[in-house]
Amino acid sequence: MASDLAGAVSGAAARPAAAAAAPTRFPPPWRAALARLGWTAASIGLFVGIWELCWATGLSDPKLLPPPHIFLANIPDQARFFNTATRWQIGINPADGPSPYEAVFITIGATSMRVFVGLAIAAVLSVSIGVLIRYFQLLERLTLPTITLLSPISPIAWLPIAIFIFGIGNAPAIFMVVVALFFHMTLSTISQIDAVNRNYINVARTMGATKRQIYARVIIPAILPQLLLVLRLNMFGAWMVVLVAETTGVGFGLGQVLSMARNTFNPSLVFFCIALIGVLGFLTDLILRMVQNRILFWVPQTAGVLRGL
Amino acid sequence: MDSSRFRPFSSADAVACRRVGKTWAEGTVRAHEALRDIDLDIAPGEFVVLLGPSGCGKSTLLYLVAGLEAQTDGLIASFGDPVEKPSPDRSLIFQETSLFPWLTVWQNVSFGLSIRGAPEAERRAVATEALARVGLSAAIDKRPDELSGGMRQRVAVARALAMRPKVLLMDEPFAALDVQTRAKMQDFLLDVWRDSGASVLFVTHHIDEAVALADRVVVFTARPGRIKSILPIGLPRPRDPFSPEAEALRRQLTAELKAEVDRAFAEQEALATA
Ligand SMILES: Nc1ncnc2c1ncn2[C@@H]1O[C@H](COP(=O)(O)OP(=O)(O)OP(=O)(O)O)[C@@H](O)[C@H]1O
Ligand SMILES: [Mg+2]
Repeated sequence: MASDLAGAVSGAAARPAAAAAAPTRFPPPWRAALARLGWTAASIGLFVGIWELCWATGLSDPKLLPPPHIFLANIPDQARFFNTATRWQIGINPADGPSPYEAVFITIGATSMRVFVGLAIAAVLSVSIGVLIRYFQLLERLTLPTITLLSPISPIAWLPIAIFIFGIGNAPAIFMVVVALFFHMTLSTISQIDAVNRNYINVARTMGATKRQIYARVIIPAILPQLLLVLRLNMFGAWMVVLVAETTGVGFGLGQVLSMARNTFNPSLVFFCIALIGVLGFLTDLILRMVQNRILFWVPQTAGVLRGL
Repeated sequence: MDSSRFRPFSSADAVACRRVGKTWAEGTVRAHEALRDIDLDIAPGEFVVLLGPSGCGKSTLLYLVAGLEAQTDGLIASFGDPVEKPSPDRSLIFQETSLFPWLTVWQNVSFGLSIRGAPEAERRAVATEALARVGLSAAIDKRPDELSGGMRQRVAVARALAMRPKVLLMDEPFAALDVQTRAKMQDFLLDVWRDSGASVLFVTHHIDEAVALADRVVVFTARPGRIKSILPIGLPRPRDPFSPEAEALRRQLTAELKAEVDRAFAEQEALATA
């Protein structure tokens, strides 16, 4: 397995060089994507290489900091620890449940589902409430002080409440994500509404737009880019909160496996979970970035300009 | 508002300002008098240019006439009705570009119609016609950030024209353009103005531009902005910028403006040392 991985890494890293050597083989967008992939692989390879070197020279204790070739060596062995809710039910023979690999996917799926459902609920709720607060002054007076007051409270403090209200299962984990994002995203929606270019609003006013039309056709499109960015930044927070919620007995999920790995002193399993979480977080960000490029086709891309500096 | 306190105005006047004053943030420590005692009539179809030192309140006056801000003193009327809120009859073209980046060019141009709920076919037809008038038929499906600065300002003009306004308020619309483009835009604006029959209130820093465009030039004093003088430009159109009459008018306007700019600088200096 270790050599497989090394082969994959070096193979991927070699690709951009091959593409550059044969420029006619791939159209330019493909070449750019391949180059990006190559650099990603090179970056991970460098990091893994240093880690493996520390292990090879005896600098790091493999019992505490097992390098990738150890914690990725025996995936079936690790996957044994991924219990799913069905396997845990009383009266069901643990051996009857899904295979270890299936259990890994069920666990990942359950955790990701909590993150996405929580993100979606938080996004819809906080944007609507943020807009309504600016739209109706009475609502602002009634709710904004409370929202501002509650926003600095750490999501961890809400954990007991989540369990009191929702017990054990998906609901408390999703509730935690919503609570962790809602206040911040509502306040940020409001501040973005206030930052909308006055000219845009004035143009609409001179054309006889009503308040409702100004909100629907000017303010919401104008704040959309920033909102998606806020959502992307908060996605990491959502992952964090879900793991914490799962650790504290929500049932099953990556957080629960991680907590068990800690309790049973199993560093390999910890690193295996961390690797999974890293890949999942990266993929979620990629999806959100694709959504962003799709919806926000008009937002100019400045990254290229910065690269020229 | 009791209009009998003011010098009478006719309902034929496209714009009538009577002793208009504007103090920003009135009643606070940050109160700032931008305009004082502005008396100005604009006839239907007339082209009036406002000229004045930076910060004298030219943009402020356009905002008041557009109805986007309320004057703190005096009365503004358009065709006999007091100006209290924005109206599609008075289109304002802003100093900076104000096209919506999330809409295509034609959607921007027909934004006002979509506000009224016009069907897409009609909107597209109106946008096509307005864009043809500003010479941008080819850009109809582009997005604003794909256009040059001059093209964007022309789209803004097309958007204003699509509303068929009776008064066109323009705040240094060509300030960001190079000299050649600006000259083209001026010719084009004069064509559009003649076709549309609208009154134009046009703000600029450029004396050349004022002499090239205006029926009358209104020179403002430094802040608070008051009307220093009104100069009719009687030159026949199309105008020759190199004629001795144009030269003499430019000389006269330069002298008037220089006095005000000097005064503005002296005042700012005094404020800074105080
Ligand atoms: N929204 C506002 N709130 C407070 N003060 C303002 C506001 N807009 C303008 N002012 C002040 O009013 C004065 C006149 O501003 P205005 O923008 O009308 O000047 P201007 O003649 O258009 O200047 P420029 O030629 O530089 O565009 C300035 O001193 C400015 O600081
Ligand atoms: Mg101005």
